[in-house]
Amino acid sequence: MGKGNPLIIVPAFNEAERITSVLQGIKKNLAGADILVVNDGSTDNTAAVASKEGVMVINLPFNLGVGAALQTGFKYAVCHGYQVVIQMDADGQHDPVYLLQFLQALEESGADLVIGSRFLLPGKFPGSWIRLAGIKIFSFLVLLATGKKLTDPTSGYRAMRRDILEFFCRDFFPQDYPDADLLIAICRAGYKVLEIPVVMKKRISGQSLHAGLRPLYYIFKMFLSVFVTMLRRH
Amino acid sequence: MILRQKVFAVAVSLLIIIGIVELVRRRKLEEKYSFLWLVTGLALLLLTVKIDFLFFLSRLIGAEVPTNTLFIFGLIFLMLLCLHFSLEFSRMNQQIKNLAQSLALLERQLAEEKEHGTN
Repeated sequence: MGKGNPLIIVPAFNEAERITSVLQGIKKNLAGADILVVNDGSTDNTAAVASKEGVMVINLPFNLGVGAALQTGFKYAVCHGYQVVIQMDADGQHDPVYLLQFLQALEESGADLVIGSRFLLPGKFPGSWIRLAGIKIFSFLVLLATGKKLTDPTSGYRAMRRDILEFFCRDFFPQDYPDADLLIAICRAGYKVLEIPVVMKKRISGQSLHAGLRPLYYIFKMFLSVFVTMLRRH
Repeated sequence: MILRQKVFAVAVSLLIIIGIVELVRRRKLEEKYSFLWLVTGLALLLLTVKIDFLFFLSRLIGAEVPTNTLFIFGLIFLMLLCLHFSLEFSRMNQQIKNLAQSLALLERQLAEEKEHGTN
């Protein structure tokens, strides 16, 4: 059993206002793709809004974190025989116009994972300087650990093949923020990673993933996670 | 603080730090639960190595002997750790309850759909 068409996984937490345009954009740009929204315990009517667009919806019984929500989608994809998966955010930062480019890049390069990087095209970074500094630091960590230059390790706009999907279904996959530590694990396990340029829109409103004291914990967690990932054998 | 006390405290703090990192590496301990442990280990190390901090802290809290400071803060950290666990247990308990209910309701739904299928 194998599905010829790609699966677009959209993890969502309280994105009822923004998700409709995202889903419509996907349908417009990649009409043949299946769409799966993973509702991560939203307290608004994200699930109802998504269902109205005719896409598949999985409702997690409570909030698990974006990593676990994505992994739920990956497990679904593996279960149902999908060969290609693209993940994107539900808040409108990721432009569906690049979907076809992801598929082409995956096809032509033979890479296992294609990441959409904000930093390959000239333009201002739509976010705070703290975030930019953080991304640069993690990019450097990835370079140190793997020798591979990845400009946007925190980008949630990615395409992947089935092989690496099965790898992601294992328990090591971070439940909260799958970023630099995951990339290091991927490279050490021998998977090929490629970046393609994308332009991301600024986050307009709503609850950011990195709010309040969470950035501090995130930094601590990342450094520790990257450190132990390098100590592990993959 | 005599050398013997210093050596012991440094050894213990290093053991804690290395032990916790190793447990995280082996995936027996998740990063978020290692946070308080690592803070404790690092604080202990810092206070022992930078003896002035320890003396300052001792004067601040009115401890008679610097080792008392280490003990009291060790106890405070342990209490915080336990509190953290209690909070986590409470949260997880709710999640398990919700999970169990979801599962039971799903099985019921499945059974009802099977019934309708054969009718």
